[in-house]
Amino acid sequence: MNLTLHIWRQKNRHAEGRFVTYEARGISPDMSFLEMLDVVNEGLILKGEEPIAFDHDCREGICGQCGVVVNGSPHGPRPATTTCQLHMRSFKDGDVLTLEPWRANAFPVIKDLIVDRGAFDRIIATGGFITAPTGNAPDGNAILVPKPAADRSMDAAACIGCGACVAACPNGSAMLFVAAKIAHLGYLPQGQPERDRRALAMVARMDEEGFGACTNHGECEAACPKEIPIEFIARMNRDYLKAALFSPAERSGPSDGA
Amino acid sequence: MELKSNVPPGPIEQKWTRHKFDMKLVNPANKRKYTVIVVGSGLAGASAAATMAELGYQVQCYCYQDTPRRAHSIAAQGGINAAKNYQNDGDSVFRLFYDTVKGGDFRSREGNVHRLAEVSVNIIDQCVAQGVPFAREYGGMLSNRSFGGAQVSRTFYARGQTGQQLLLGAYQALERQIGLGAVKMFTRHEMQELILVDGRARGIVTRDMITGKIESHIADAVVLATGGYGTVFYLATYAKGCNGTAIWRAYKKGAAFGNPCYTQIHPTCIPVTGEHQSKLTLMSESLRNDGRIWVPKKKGDARSPGQIPEDERDYYLERKYPSFGNLAPRDISSRAAKAVCDDGRGVGSTGLGVYLDFADAIQRLGEATIRERYGNLFDMYERITGENPYKVPMRIYPAAHYTMGGLWVDYNLMSTIPGLFVLGEANFSDHGANRLGASALMQGLADGYFILPYTIGNYFASNKFEKLAGAHAAFKSGETSTAARVQKVLSINGQRTVDSFHRELGSIMWEFCGMGRNEKGLQTALQKIPALREEFWKNVRVLGEGEEINQSLEKAGRVADFLELGELMCLDALERRESCGGHFREEFQTEDGEALRDDEKFCHVAAWEFAGDAKKPVRHVEPLAFENVHLQTRSYK
Repeated sequence: MNLTLHIWRQKNRHAEGRFVTYEARGISPDMSFLEMLDVVNEGLILKGEEPIAFDHDCREGICGQCGVVVNGSPHGPRPATTTCQLHMRSFKDGDVLTLEPWRANAFPVIKDLIVDRGAFDRIIATGGFITAPTGNAPDGNAILVPKPAADRSMDAAACIGCGACVAACPNGSAMLFVAAKIAHLGYLPQGQPERDRRALAMVARMDEEGFGACTNHGECEAACPKEIPIEFIARMNRDYLKAALFSPAERSGPSDGA
Repeated sequence: MELKSNVPPGPIEQKWTRHKFDMKLVNPANKRKYTVIVVGSGLAGASAAATMAELGYQVQCYCYQDTPRRAHSIAAQGGINAAKNYQNDGDSVFRLFYDTVKGGDFRSREGNVHRLAEVSVNIIDQCVAQGVPFAREYGGMLSNRSFGGAQVSRTFYARGQTGQQLLLGAYQALERQIGLGAVKMFTRHEMQELILVDGRARGIVTRDMITGKIESHIADAVVLATGGYGTVFYLATYAKGCNGTAIWRAYKKGAAFGNPCYTQIHPTCIPVTGEHQSKLTLMSESLRNDGRIWVPKKKGDARSPGQIPEDERDYYLERKYPSFGNLAPRDISSRAAKAVCDDGRGVGSTGLGVYLDFADAIQRLGEATIRERYGNLFDMYERITGENPYKVPMRIYPAAHYTMGGLWVDYNLMSTIPGLFVLGEANFSDHGANRLGASALMQGLADGYFILPYTIGNYFASNKFEKLAGAHAAFKSGETSTAARVQKVLSINGQRTVDSFHRELGSIMWEFCGMGRNEKGLQTALQKIPALREEFWKNVRVLGEGEEINQSLEKAGRVADFLELGELMCLDALERRESCGGHFREEFQTEDGEALRDDEKFCHVAAWEFAGDAKKPVRHVEPLAFENVHLQTRSYK
């Protein structure tokens, strides 16, 4: 199949970007989307043109490094699928596709389709963890975790940190990403001692990084390749409110864990 | 070069405990005077960096990805082994040790493997405390599954995303230390040179992948946790960016390379579909718990799988290895798949595939149970192939997945260069000639959380360190050679892309140094690789500049190193005139096609020393002694 691609090209963080049109010819439906871009790039190199820069690594949908907005949808048209796992059989011959990087205030474009998502790491560094220095742990089975809580925690922990939620949100909000981490740790008994501190610190950092607020569009959930449910945001808001109202010093011990 | 394993004396179960006591300590107030560089942020690197920072060392951590959480440990699916015996099925530290030594086909170091089995139990505890959401039973207890090469259930898992969850645990511990200012993190940085001063590892030179800036970083010790080199095959289950550059540059500075030919070809990957293929995707070995592997009995049987009646199917693993069946170790399962395909009974359009069939399990347990166990894997399979594995059997074929070889290290995980430590898949140590499933995660975390933090202290306490300045001649020359290399690649402006060279190298490696190897083929590869390398340096085309993001330039540097490393793998495979584990020399096999070891001549580690460009490297030998698990022919029948 043959496709026409309008691709965002931008030399670096400070340069102006623009769309450039390319033709992708002889594409097999069994190719992944990124393999299609590989083919275009090989052609460009042989013609003496600089290849299109895009982020990717594992190419099996788990590392979270890839991410292209295809015709306005982060990771493209197929639900619950990262860009690297999108295959060309999702498109048809003659399609015209627009490829852009994630667009968000907190994710500056650094070249072509590549953005800087360092803000996510900085949010995790403020509270997205359980303090458990190596060597202090009790026996694994000394901490019983009810199966439903473990399952729910795992649902949230499946987040790959790709940033599609931010790219999809009209406000460029990182609420789904932050809420997923707060839920992952908050469903577990191990996560209770730092639950208040975590919510306060992560939310504050999120605001500092320039992410927008949540106004319940639900685009984040729709774009999430790991189907993280939006209800985690409500849970985060409740954690945050509780922690903000009753200072951490007054509130100790496990919460209701619901 | 002298290879001193430094395995402590005494009974095997007391070696590590005694060694921990015998090692010198650095007092808490002095730890902050030492700087450690950790290259790589996967399970081994992140856990080591976080733990050393907790202890009080100044840590710098480097990764080529945009965040440490992307390291390819994240893609491990099935699980992590630990000798907890929670299932009351007779597991023990000794049994895990025994299974690992046997699984490795008696080519690993007993002392190291026993220590690995010992600390396996601490890893689970540590990960639970960090909030890793392992699968649980209804009573709240941890759940286990079984895995290849073992007859007990000792594998802990988090759905099909165990590597992801363990890595996030280590990443979060690392981020906590970054937040506290105890670790300085350098993302999108690639190590280019290892710097030695007075014969000791004292730092690295990196290239900033955004600005192209080439910089020196000084430390008192350097830790490489940069993973394996299986991308030498081009098509592999590794991430696209995985590379052998860090260990290769260290090798060229004097670190011995242990058993480079030991590679693992994983039996259950999604088959290749065409020329465009850029990587292969693994389907977790855990699927072999419930899936049955078969091919038609008749050659060239083109019927769809549903039309082939039961008695015309060959469940070849169950037939050949009745006691382990579909859970036979990886090397054996891969070769068995190759054998039936070579016999003309392979399935799919290329004939390079076998069925992994869940029909029986779905009938027995129901689709819901199978979905709960493997749902994400089934979804992934469907996305890649467009086929629904709940309805039709999966098609699978072996693919390059792991390298047991790596830089040679002693019991303290130190290479032949003092002050250079190597962890995880990047070292050669614990898996011998074949790694068992769910043991890579175990080794990465054992090295990073529980072994290196002790042994590096002993190194610091036993040596004196001179203060170095960035202007030191060794660093300046490292920066100059790195810059020159970048310029050289950019100035060639030939006719072929980097990927085309990588693909060609990969096909040479797969054909001659893959699942089956022989003298003639290896000799051929040893002719072809240098020729290809020569062409690369004359005819590669890398556009753009050095002072910007330049992905072709990054790839070119890695492929240039693979073009050298591949040759060493073939040389090692040629000189190891026996079959063992993943190294199958076709000249050395039993009557029924099993690997035939030669313990008299080859019960040793081959460690290669760089002797200069265009010179044959020197093969050194570390003899292996088996005092606790006696040498025997592996049998899974």
